[in-house]
Amino acid sequence: MNISSVAIGQYIPGESLVHRLDPRTKIMLSLIVVIALFIAKSAWAYAALAALIVGTVMASRVPVKMVLRGLRPLLFVMVLTFGLHLFMDPGEPIFRIGKIVATDKGLAQGLITVARLSLLIMATSIVTLTTSPIAFTDGLESLLRPLSFVGVPAHELAMMMTIALRFIPTLLEETDKIMKAQMARGADFETGNIAKRARAMIPILVPLFVSAFRRADELAMAMEARCYRGGQGRTRLRQLRLGTMDVAALVLVTAYAVAVMAVL
Amino acid sequence: MGLVFQYPEHQLFEETVAADIAFAPRNLGMSEADVDEAVREAMRVVDLDYDALRGRSPFELSGGQKRRVAIAGVLAMRPEVLVLDEPTAGMDPRGREEVLAEIRQLHEAHGYTIVLVSHSMEDVARFAERLIVMDGGTVVMEGSPREVFRNREDLVRMGLGVPQVTGLMAELAARGLPYAENVITVEEALHTLLPALLGASGADAGAGAGAGADAGADAGAGGGEVGE
Repeated sequence: MNISSVAIGQYIPGESLVHRLDPRTKIMLSLIVVIALFIAKSAWAYAALAALIVGTVMASRVPVKMVLRGLRPLLFVMVLTFGLHLFMDPGEPIFRIGKIVATDKGLAQGLITVARLSLLIMATSIVTLTTSPIAFTDGLESLLRPLSFVGVPAHELAMMMTIALRFIPTLLEETDKIMKAQMARGADFETGNIAKRARAMIPILVPLFVSAFRRADELAMAMEARCYRGGQGRTRLRQLRLGTMDVAALVLVTAYAVAVMAVL
Repeated sequence: MGLVFQYPEHQLFEETVAADIAFAPRNLGMSEADVDEAVREAMRVVDLDYDALRGRSPFELSGGQKRRVAIAGVLAMRPEVLVLDEPTAGMDPRGREEVLAEIRQLHEAHGYTIVLVSHSMEDVARFAERLIVMDGGTVVMEGSPREVFRNREDLVRMGLGVPQVTGLMAELAARGLPYAENVITVEEALHTLLPALLGASGADAGAGAGAGADAGADAGAGGGEVGE
């Protein structure tokens, strides 16, 4: 199990403009761009949105490799949907393999779907790449707070996310330890068919769950010992404050997205 | 070779004690009859009652019992060499004594070669025949505990130290009491000090020493290792 294969919460510290934006600004803007990507129909609209996203990636000075790494897990899905569109959509035939026919409309639709998926991932991963997990959950909590009137537990959700992110590396390490211990008892995780391999996971999963519950218990106690009583009345050392840059970014990007939708 | 990791009870997963111990022999492809025999033997060696415990869930046992089940799970492979990483970590004094006594038993009665990783200088002094001190991933000292514990300053500098009684005896010797060359266990200290103390108060020194101590009771496992 490789730690670097987990892209969640993979924050790359930096001093760029994108890094310094308020997390709420970044979350809202990525949401707007995601919505725009779903509404967009024409190839020009996609090009315009791609320009915006690529521009943001450049401005963040995050290595492009890191942004592209987020695409890897979805590579299979992208190839599959592209293939399905190419060969299944009705339209003028371009070429054929045996009985299956590739169509021009299918090609266009396939390309657009792949572009939409890649841009979706890039638009969201640029937020997590430039926002520390703590800033991210603070921003999320602040954005969800208005919803607490209708019963959304904003603080609790944000705290759960922080804890989940915090424990991903811990659980990976634990998994590694348990795997080694079971391998010392002759366990085999690599050979056999799917059913056999799934069964081979039991000696890892049971101890992992047991230790996760134990950890959760201990963490709850440690938090209570430090007087945690939920978010009520909590004050913060770092207050989130929208600056001029945030307002400018919000206005400009929203205007851009709306204009793209309206014109193209 | 059998490897027992730190906190081995964290690897328990089966519904019953017997099934958990049977995991390793099954993986080795033993027949069911051999597996059952290996489980019985492993449980007997670590002093667990086969008939009473085989059907119990490993998760409802006490901490010391869980650890012994886990060690039995490795012993069931019938290794010649058993490597244990801090087998007494996080246990109460009685549990520690029990586990250490079993490890000694494994060596003396069942002929296992034991490699024990420990930070407890007292345990190492009592059990090890050969001691290897590691610091920063390299071997820095090697020899019998008696030889190794001569290097008190070096060991303290590495954050390890010597058994308390060794330090005490050195201090006492510096204040003029009889000094036996490198005492490493309490029994030896008693043996060295008692005659002198009794002699000073006019009693029969020989009888006192004979009754009080059984020196050199520290023969033990086949090797000791002090990890860093």
